[in-house]
Amino acid sequence: MISWPNLVSQLFNGLALGALLALISSGLTIIYGTLGVLNLAHGAMFMIGGYAGFVTFQYTESFILAVIAGSLFVMLLGVVMERVIIRHFYHRPHEDQLLVTFGLGICFVEIVRLIFSSQSQLVPPPAIFQGITNLGFMFYPTYRLAVVGIVAVALGALFIILYRTRLGMIVRAGIEDSVMVDSLGINVYRVFMVVFGIGAMAAGFAGIVNAPVVSLTPGIGDDILVQTFVVVVIGGVGSFPGAILGGLIAGEIISVTSMFNPGYAYVMLFAAMTLVLVVRPHGLLGVQGRE
Amino acid sequence: MLKQRPFLIETLTAIGLIVAPFVLPHLGFAPNTVNRILVWGLFGLGFDILFGFTGLLSFGQSAFYGTGGFVAAYLLTRTGFSNVLGALVIGMIAAAATGYLIGLIALRRTGIYFAMITVAIAEVFFFVEFNPLSDFTGGENGLPGVPTPSFNLGFTTIHFTNGWSLYQFIALCYFIGVIIALRIVRSPVGAILSAIRDNPLRATAVGHNIHGYKLTAFVIAAAYAGFAGGLLGVLQAFMPPDAFTFDTSGQLVMQTAIGGRATLFGPLVGATVWLFLQDFLQSALGLGAAWKLVLGVVFVLLVCFLRGGIIGGLADLYGLVSGKRARKAAETEEAEIETPQQAPPAPMQAKEVEHPAYSGPILKATGLTKRYGGLVANSDIDFSVDQGELRGIIGPNGAGKSTFFKMLTCEVAPTSGQIMFEGRDITGLKVTEVCQLGLTKSYQVNQLFTGLTVRQNLTIAALAELRGKFRLDLFRTLSGVKGLTEQVEHTLALVNLTRRADTPVSELAYGEKRRLEIGLALATSPRLLLLDEPLAGMSPRERVETVKLLKSIARGRTMIIIDHDMDSLFELVERVTVLQEGRVLVSGTPEEIKTNAAVQEAYLGGVHGEIAA
Repeated sequence: MISWPNLVSQLFNGLALGALLALISSGLTIIYGTLGVLNLAHGAMFMIGGYAGFVTFQYTESFILAVIAGSLFVMLLGVVMERVIIRHFYHRPHEDQLLVTFGLGICFVEIVRLIFSSQSQLVPPPAIFQGITNLGFMFYPTYRLAVVGIVAVALGALFIILYRTRLGMIVRAGIEDSVMVDSLGINVYRVFMVVFGIGAMAAGFAGIVNAPVVSLTPGIGDDILVQTFVVVVIGGVGSFPGAILGGLIAGEIISVTSMFNPGYAYVMLFAAMTLVLVVRPHGLLGVQGRE
Repeated sequence: MLKQRPFLIETLTAIGLIVAPFVLPHLGFAPNTVNRILVWGLFGLGFDILFGFTGLLSFGQSAFYGTGGFVAAYLLTRTGFSNVLGALVIGMIAAAATGYLIGLIALRRTGIYFAMITVAIAEVFFFVEFNPLSDFTGGENGLPGVPTPSFNLGFTTIHFTNGWSLYQFIALCYFIGVIIALRIVRSPVGAILSAIRDNPLRATAVGHNIHGYKLTAFVIAAAYAGFAGGLLGVLQAFMPPDAFTFDTSGQLVMQTAIGGRATLFGPLVGATVWLFLQDFLQSALGLGAAWKLVLGVVFVLLVCFLRGGIIGGLADLYGLVSGKRARKAAETEEAEIETPQQAPPAPMQAKEVEHPAYSGPILKATGLTKRYGGLVANSDIDFSVDQGELRGIIGPNGAGKSTFFKMLTCEVAPTSGQIMFEGRDITGLKVTEVCQLGLTKSYQVNQLFTGLTVRQNLTIAALAELRGKFRLDLFRTLSGVKGLTEQVEHTLALVNLTRRADTPVSELAYGEKRRLEIGLALATSPRLLLLDEPLAGMSPRERVETVKLLKSIARGRTMIIIDHDMDSLFELVERVTVLQEGRVLVSGTPEEIKTNAAVQEAYLGGVHGEIAA
């Protein structure tokens, strides 16, 4: 039943899924860490990234342009959303922030449903990544391998932004103590806007990169959002390394469990989350005291 | 306003439910729609207790809705169990039990985390229902053939079949649900739940086991959800698998926010709006699938601009119209009463001592040390206070005074050292337990229940003392708690806030808030009361009054006071301990401290002479 090639290929699937989850969760977690807002529309951002890329691909036939357009569009959407709505919720209770982003998420999904209907849409992988690759011991879809690489590059870029630039330093300081950053004479609100844009872009980028792996539907973001939550709880809220570690763990759990029985994938994921909550309530790499 | 008339809301609900079948058909509501609204309304009663009253926003209620629904439907369709009401109750119990287990996990965290965990849990239930348990739940086909209830009364059999006939049964269930929910909300537990929503930190500090109460609210919400889920199956003669979807949870949250949270009837109003708009937009306007987008936009706008939802908005409107007159009346009254206070009320009795035989120092700390990483906040403090003593603590900023207090009340655990309260080792206990033992603190920065009135604030503190840290008297009224009214009135008089008793805290002046802060600590009847800068930020006149207040409450209890106002402090206390850089510099009578060279050094940096306070 369980063969080695099968297991290895599932491990690869887990790696691809995990990398994607890591990227999406990083977006969610840096937004939450900096702004204190949990964006329940993050799954919808992921979905919109896919659709924006899909439209671009329809017109240009270029996958690269689709990726760029998808990411930029979602980044723009994030910036607008922050400026117009989220900004007025920084001083309101967490519940209200959850409610408003949840409502926005529904609006986004329904708008997309209105335009593209509920039918699934396909974006083919770029020509160079089509087909399957012989890894010596097994055959594996080339594009999925590429996804791991592409996402790794994106995560690297995010790392550089967060840890090697002035902006990143401010963002990380903001995660620690945004009031202090504000009183140091840095315009926190502008930083917030940029962070929201970057976080959204991470989701949008993941959305279009993921589009050739699974077909697009307006509801595609809902499942991803739930998985992202588990990743963030496992990794620790506000922690970029935690999001990556959590993403990889979650991805592997889902893939490996699916090999035995897909119905139990979520159960195992949930069990892992419970275990983390019991042993390390603040997540594997989380910091105590941030709620 | 409405609360003063007993059973008013119950009566109005009953009338509304009786009248509905005669009125609603004329407004275009089909009986089936009304029944669905009631099921959502019932589902929402429990959810509102959880979200509106306790402040815990769960996105996972579908798990309990589905559990209750499928347990009931399974019993009725697959096992030959034919008592519909019995099945509904069993479903409810199953959901409540599930809620208890899930609550244990989800409530390990609060706020954002709690919301995320509930989402994840609900999703797990959805997948489990579809896959591993599909033999029991019918998988994506659901469970068809759920019967409707009938009751054999001996001489006749009442059978509720469908439409308005079934409405009678569902309306009765809803009515009972409302009565129970109202009892819960008006009970001591209900009061504590709103305290938890408002300020969990202080609710813990005055001696409530808030984890237990949160779990209670979670289980109540799960029980309501379970029963409503069962009713859904009865209503549709079919238990649909989509009861378990995230959409169900989402719809419940949205309906509650649309209707108005913390109102109990909000979910019902929200469901009415939702289902009406759904019908109206889909059929009348021919919008088809776009109806959900319209609802989403309406929802976002409501959250942005009308936080209290429809009911909250109407209440504000009513308050605006009726409040103007009332305020005018109040203002004239206030102008007249602005007289100095009468004879001070008798000092309040402190909690009775558990073991009166003990006669040593009431508090004894030895070797108390607190390190934050490399920073030593307190280092090797030995400190002892006798019964009935009034002790002052002074020290320059950053001397570690507040950290010291936090360790004494067990808010933070010491790195090393031991704390004895009345001869009992309290090191490592929780702040709740310590408060229950009779040691509490008033905070340097006000920690009040800002959304509640002055009276409600003190009630919450007094309840902790009168009921212990956890008690499930869900059906007792507040007036049924022995000694509560007396204790609250007494504390009100003591801190001179009787006139402001029904004012929301957010409308109090700073000095009044400060007195209420002390009142909250006092209402728990502590034998040892710590006061962290009670005079901070007060005007000279307020200081004089507060010193008077402190003197009057000091009778019959031990107090330790931190303050920077040395004139007032030296007048008040019998002994003073000076902290500097986390250590005890010196202890002595106010006179000794005033003339102590080391103290002058610490404060004035070597300038000799009297302390210029």
